[in-house]
Amino acid sequence: MGLELYLDLLSASCRAVYIFARKNNIPFDFQFVDLLKGHHHSKEYIKINPLKKVPSLKDGKFVLSESVAILFYLCRKYSTPSHWYPPDLHTRARVDEFMAWQHTAIQMPMSRILWIKMLIPMITGEEVPDEKVEQMLAEVKNSMQLFEEKFLQDKMFIAGDHISLADVVALVEMMQPMGGNYNVFLSSSKIAEWRMRVELAIGPSLFGEAHDRLMRLAEWDSSTLDPMVKERICELLQKFK
Amino acid sequence: MPLELFLDLYSPPCRAIYIFAKKNGIPFEFRPVELGRGEHLKPEFLKVNPLGKVPALRDGDFLLAESVAILLYLSRKYQTAPYWYPPDLQARARVDEYLAWQHTAIQLPATNVYLCKSLLPHFSGQPVDTVRLDRLLGKLKPALQHLDQEVLAAKPFLATEQVSLADLMAFTELMQPTAVGCDLFRDWPRLAAWRARVEAALGPELVQDAHKLVLQPRDPRDAQQDPRLAQELVHRLQERLS
Repeated sequence: MGLELYLDLLSASCRAVYIFARKNNIPFDFQFVDLLKGHHHSKEYIKINPLKKVPSLKDGKFVLSESVAILFYLCRKYSTPSHWYPPDLHTRARVDEFMAWQHTAIQMPMSRILWIKMLIPMITGEEVPDEKVEQMLAEVKNSMQLFEEKFLQDKMFIAGDHISLADVVALVEMMQPMGGNYNVFLSSSKIAEWRMRVELAIGPSLFGEAHDRLMRLAEWDSSTLDPMVKERICELLQKFK
Repeated sequence: MPLELFLDLYSPPCRAIYIFAKKNGIPFEFRPVELGRGEHLKPEFLKVNPLGKVPALRDGDFLLAESVAILLYLSRKYQTAPYWYPPDLQARARVDEYLAWQHTAIQLPATNVYLCKSLLPHFSGQPVDTVRLDRLLGKLKPALQHLDQEVLAAKPFLATEQVSLADLMAFTELMQPTAVGCDLFRDWPRLAAWRARVEAALGPELVQDAHKLVLQPRDPRDAQQDPRLAQELVHRLQERLS
């Protein structure tokens, strides 16, 4: 049994792992865990990852969760080119710094935008109160500003002249609101240029393919939604009221 | 210029770095940043870390934020013993897995419990909102359950057979609410046993030294020193905890 990656490309963390593995020609079996159908709650998947989250990696008997850990594991096991996770002490620290910061500063707020602008209204038929929406958009704006001023600055990529894991993770997360037609790249030409550079370095066709499911989310028939997932979303809406 | 670590020992990640540096004999200048006085928001500190958070590191011209990044940097630069960040592929992946997961699963909810139990009452002068506290403790419960029933069922420490960076970070985080009266270990026997093991591995004196500040009850007069700041902090805390 070869390497298995349990993924739903709707999730930014899954896209990062998918793009990295494909870009580096790492052979793997794509195990689709359909979040919209609640597959992450299935008995089979809970055996793989009791935390019920994607992505997961399964390498023989070894099971690993957390996209950042999976990316580092793949780098090391498959000896990918060093620019992905540069060996220089300071440069590597810059990548680590972003990988740590992004969990709460980028991933969480970006994912929330998709929920409040698209998924919650679509599924519950109700809008999230304007005040809350404004608050979240302000948080995202603040994060993008910090990203530009501290992490990107005047460099080509986060770590310097070459693309690294940090850029892939950053970009796939910033793409998340696109699923709800919200474009975070409009406010900064520096970030928009960085985005193009990263997409080019990854390869436009791979990048497009990885984001296809997200970009077609608006077409999804929400009546097919797993009831457990729907319940959770309705609970989420209560929190925002 | 020697290594500088910008720390407030009220902050769990700062304690983790403090313990790690001391334990490994890494020489550094302790640069105190008092969160309670809003020093992390002042221009002098923002020059060191524009993210406005502790811990931060300055090594000559090199500035670094984020506790996980700082721990990894120190372990590499000072070539600390391998068990902290084991070289074996799978063991290292386990440490990485915890260090990634803990940001949202442990640090965020544990901090919220602490803010509700200690910081908000301290600055607002109001008693603890017990309904809110229960709700916040409830958010932490699944993670504690996972650690106690799944992770520690298979091994003595979080990642491998020995203490690692994962245990260090987890320890200081879980001590935060515990130090102010929300004993997170009470309902979880494996977690309690793990705590004792980690304390023994780090060294009880060093652990005590690092936790002296957070274990002390806060002096209510401190909150009144700058009423405007107190009001600002209360407002931020209310927003964060709502």
